[in-house]
Amino acid sequence: MSEKVIELVIKRQADQNSEPFEEKFKIPYRTNMNVISALMEIRRNPVNANGETTTAVAWDASCLEEVCGACSMIINGKPRQSCTALIDQLEQPIKLEPMNTFPVLRDLTIDRSRMFDSLKRVKAWVPIDGTYDLGPGPRMPEAKRQWAYELSKCMTCGVCLEACPNVNSKSEFIGPAALSQVRLFNAHPTGGMHKAERLETLMDGEGGLSNCGNSQNCVQACPKGIPLTTSIAALNRETSLQSFKNFFGTDHTA
Amino acid sequence: MSTNREFFYRKLHSLLGVIPVGAFLIVHLTVNYFAVRGPEAYNQASHFMENLPFRYFLEITLIFLPLIFHAVYGLYIAFQAKHNTSTYSYFRNWMFRLQRITGVIVLIFVAWHVWETRIAAALGAEVNFDMMAEIVSNPFALILYIIGITATTFHFANGLWSFAITWGITVSPRSQQIATYATMAIFVALTFVGIRSILAFVG
Repeated sequence: MSEKVIELVIKRQADQNSEPFEEKFKIPYRTNMNVISALMEIRRNPVNANGETTTAVAWDASCLEEVCGACSMIINGKPRQSCTALIDQLEQPIKLEPMNTFPVLRDLTIDRSRMFDSLKRVKAWVPIDGTYDLGPGPRMPEAKRQWAYELSKCMTCGVCLEACPNVNSKSEFIGPAALSQVRLFNAHPTGGMHKAERLETLMDGEGGLSNCGNSQNCVQACPKGIPLTTSIAALNRETSLQSFKNFFGTDHTA
Repeated sequence: MSTNREFFYRKLHSLLGVIPVGAFLIVHLTVNYFAVRGPEAYNQASHFMENLPFRYFLEITLIFLPLIFHAVYGLYIAFQAKHNTSTYSYFRNWMFRLQRITGVIVLIFVAWHVWETRIAAALGAEVNFDMMAEIVSNPFALILYIIGITATTFHFANGLWSFAITWGITVSPRSQQIATYATMAIFVALTFVGIRSILAFVG
C-alpha cells in the first residue's frame, strides 16, 4: 500500500441553518482519483485528520462525466464539477466548499431549485402538447443546429451564477444560464413561435435580463464554454426591439 | 403591461448616462479647455454658456433631472453587486467593479463641485477664471479635482462600453473587444482634456 496521502479541507455544515466549519481529512492516495472518489473514501471511513470519527461528508453527484451539473462545488477557490476535478492536477491541501450562492442543505450539497424555477419562468422548452397531432414542425438548417447544440450543452450546474457578482442575496437577478436558454429556444423553429412571450418574461418583473452588469465572469467560468455574454447581448438587442415594438408598434406582439 | 418597471429603469439609466449626461460632460470639458488659452478666453466662453437662452430650462432638463435619476438609481445598482475580483480577477470583472467605485466617487465629486460653483453662483458668486484658480490654489483641492475628473471620464467611457451592450449594439465578442479599445481611447483623450484644463488654472 502506498504511503502517499491526500489532504482535504472541507467546509461543512450540518443543515441549512447551522454555522459552517472546516474539517481536515487525510485519505490514502490511489492513482487516477477525482474529488468524487476522494469523497467516497471519506464516506467509507469517516475519520478526520485528527483521527476522530466524524459524520460522512454529504455531496451531490449523478452522471460522473460532466453532463449533469449536480456535483458542482468550489474546489481550491473556483466553482467546477468535482467529477472532472482530478486529484493529480490539484494543489494540496484540496479545499472543498459548497457554492453558497445557493442555499446549502448540508456540507457540499446545495439546492439549485432557483435555476429550475428560472427555466420554468422563461419557458425553456418547445411547447407542442395539444389535443391533436400538430404534424411535423419546420426544419432547422444544419449550420444553425450546430450552433444551437453549443447552447444546449448547458447542464444547469450553477457555476455561472456562482461567478456572477450580480447574483446574490441582495439581487433577484435570474442569472446567465436561463437567459442563454431563451436564446436557444427562441432560435428553434417551433420554439420560436413563443419568442415574444419568452422575451417578455425577461422584461417583466424583477431580476430579469436588464440586471446583468456585464462583468462577463460567466463566460469565463462556464465549464461548457457556452457563449453566455453573446447570448445576453443578443437578448439585449431583441428585448430593446421588442420594447419598441410593444410601445410604438402594433397590437400583437408575436 | 407589467407594474414592475425595472427593465425600463435600467434601460433609462443606461441611456441617460450617455444622453444627455455624457453629452453634457463633453460640452463641459470642451468649454473648460478654453482655460488653456488664458483667463480671457475662458471667461468669454463661460459667459457665453451662462447667457444661453432658456438657461434654467436647459439646466434642469438636460443636466439636473437626468443626473439625479442616474445617480440615485446608479447607487442602488452599485450596492446590489457583491464584488468577487479576488476569485475572478478578469479584466472585465475589474472594470465592472471600477465602474461602481468610480460612480460613487463621481457622485461625491459632482455634489462638491456643484456646491462650490453652481450653488455658489446662485448665491451671488461670479463664475470665472479667478473662481476656479482660487479653488485649485489649494493643492488638496487640486488633487481631489484630478481624482474626480479621472473618475468621471472613466465612468463615462466605460459606461459607453456597457451602453453598447445594454442596447444590443455590440453583440459579438469581437465587436465588444473593439468597443473596449475605443472606449479606453475615449477615456485617455477626455482625461487629457480635463486634466490639462484644470492645470491651466494653477499658477
